[in-house]
Amino acid sequence: MTNWPGTETFIEITYLIATALFILSLVWMRTPVTARRGVRAGEIGMALAIGGTLLHHGLDYKWIMIALVLGTVIGIPLGRVHMTAVPQRTALSHAFGALCVTLVGTAEFYLRAPNVPRFMMAVLSMEVILGGLTFTGSLMAAGKLQEYLPQRPITYKGQNFVNLAFLAVAIGVAAYLVHDPSHVHLFPLMIAIPLVFGVLMIIPIGGADMPTVISLLNSYAGLSAAAMGFVLDSKLLIIAGALDGASGFILSVNMSKAMNRSFTNVLFGAFGQEQVAGAAAQEAPPVRSATAEEAAAILGAANKVIVVPGYGMAVAQAQHKVRELYDALNKRGVDVKFAIHPVAGRMPGHMNVLLAEADIPYDKLLDMDEVNGDFPQADVALVIGANDVTNPAARSDASSPIYGMPILDVDKARTVMVIKRGMSPGFAGIDNPLYYLPKTLMLFGDAKSFVGSIVRELTGGGHG
Amino acid sequence: MKMDLLTSLYVFMLAGFIGFEVIRSITPLLHTPLMSLTNALDAIAVVGAIILAGEHRSTLATVLGTIAIVAATSNVVGGFLITDRMLKMFKASGPKK
Repeated sequence: MTNWPGTETFIEITYLIATALFILSLVWMRTPVTARRGVRAGEIGMALAIGGTLLHHGLDYKWIMIALVLGTVIGIPLGRVHMTAVPQRTALSHAFGALCVTLVGTAEFYLRAPNVPRFMMAVLSMEVILGGLTFTGSLMAAGKLQEYLPQRPITYKGQNFVNLAFLAVAIGVAAYLVHDPSHVHLFPLMIAIPLVFGVLMIIPIGGADMPTVISLLNSYAGLSAAAMGFVLDSKLLIIAGALDGASGFILSVNMSKAMNRSFTNVLFGAFGQEQVAGAAAQEAPPVRSATAEEAAAILGAANKVIVVPGYGMAVAQAQHKVRELYDALNKRGVDVKFAIHPVAGRMPGHMNVLLAEADIPYDKLLDMDEVNGDFPQADVALVIGANDVTNPAARSDASSPIYGMPILDVDKARTVMVIKRGMSPGFAGIDNPLYYLPKTLMLFGDAKSFVGSIVRELTGGGHG
Repeated sequence: MKMDLLTSLYVFMLAGFIGFEVIRSITPLLHTPLMSLTNALDAIAVVGAIILAGEHRSTLATVLGTIAIVAATSNVVGGFLITDRMLKMFKASGPKK
C-alpha cells in the first residue's frame, strides 16, 4: 500500500473543517433569514468529509461507488415527498441512519472478536442496542404515519413490564459480553432483542403522540451515531452524533411539556397509556352554530383575527383555502395571525411548514408563548381542525385528564369560531367545554369547503 | 488508549453542551427543518461505512459496509434536499400589493 506523506493529516483537517461547518450550520438555523446558509454549510462540510475519507489509502472503490450512487438514487425521491408526508419521511430517515450505525457496529464486532477491549465492547453494545431499537421503532413509526399500520394505540395489560423486560435482557446480554467478550455467539441476541423491542415500543403509541416519539427516536439515532464515533475513534462522528442527540432530546422535552407528560414518561417511552374513559354521556348542552355567510360577516367586520390551525386542517388539505381567507381578510384591512401550538401536526414544527408551503408569511406564525397574550384583544379566534389544544378545561378543571397541559387561550377572544365536522371529541377523547360557551359559534362542515365558502362570501358578497 | 478514551469523552461532553445551547436558541418555527438537517448531518456515519466497505477486511464487513453506505447516503441526499425545499418556502411578509 502506498501512502503519500501528509495524506492522513490532510484527511483529519477535512474532518476538522467539517465539524466547524456542522456547528455553524446549526447556529445559522436560528432564524429563517440565515437558515438556508446553514444548509449550505452542512452540505459543504459533508462533501469535505466524504471527499477526505475517499483519500484514505488502500480503499477499493468499486462497492463504495456503487453504494454512493444507489444511496443517491434512493435519497432524491425521499427529498421530494409532499410536505404532509415529511413526518413519515423523517421517521424513515431515522431508520436508515440507525441501520447504517447498527450494520457498521456489527461488522466492527466480528472484525475484532473475540479480543474486544472492555470499553470498546461497552460502546459497541450501546451502538447496536440503540441502533437496533431505533431502526425497527422508526420503521413502525413511519408505517403508522403513512397509515400502513393502524394508527390506534394497541395496549394490553403488563405491556410496560414486557417491554422493560426485553430491554433489561438486552442490557444484561451486553453486560455479560463486556465482562467476557469471547462469547461471540451471544452477539446476534444483542441485536435481535432491540429489534423486537423497537417494534413493541411503538405498538402502544397513537397518532397524537407521534411528535414526541419522532423526537425521541431522533435523539436515539444521534446517540447511537455518537457511540459509533467512540468505536471508530472519530471525533467528527462523536460531535455530529452528540449534536443530533441533543437536538432530539430538546425537541422531545418540548413536546412532552406541550402534551403535559412528565419527563420520565418520555425517557421510558411509556406513551399512550390507557385512555381515560370519557365521563358518562350526559345530555349535551346546547351549542350555537352559524352559516358561512354569518361567519364571513363577523370576520369581515373584525379588526384582529387569530387563526388556530390543527392537524385536522392539514388532513382536510385546507391550508391553501386558509391562505385565500388570509388574503381576503388582509385586503379588508383585518389583521390576521396564526397561533401554532407546539404539537399541532405530526412532528415538531410541522404546522409551520404546512402554512409556509401555502405562502403564509412566517412572521404571521406565532408560537404559543408569543400569541397567548394577544387573544384578549382578538375579535375572532378561528379554530380549524384543532381540539384538545384549545380546551379551557386544561386550565381550570383539575379533574380533566389534560389538566395542566399548556393550551392556546382561544376562549379569551371576543368571539370564537370552530370549524368542525361534528361534535365528536378529539384524540384524547375529552369533551371540550369551549364549544358550549355563549361566545362560541360552531361552523359544522368540512374545513376545506367551509373556509372556501367563507372566502366566497368575503370576496363575492361584500366587496365593491 | 486510556487517554484517547478520555479525550473522546471530553469531546462528547463539550459537543453535547454546544448542542444544547445552539438548539435551544432555534425558533420553534423551524423545528421540522431542524430535524431533517440534523438527520442529514448525522449521516456523516457514512465515513465509517466507506472505510469498512473499502478496506475489504472480511466479506461480511464489505457487505454490511456497502449496505450502510446506501442507507447513510440516502439520508445525506434526501435530508439536505428536503431541508432546503422547506426553508425555501419560509418567506417574510413583504410589502402588500
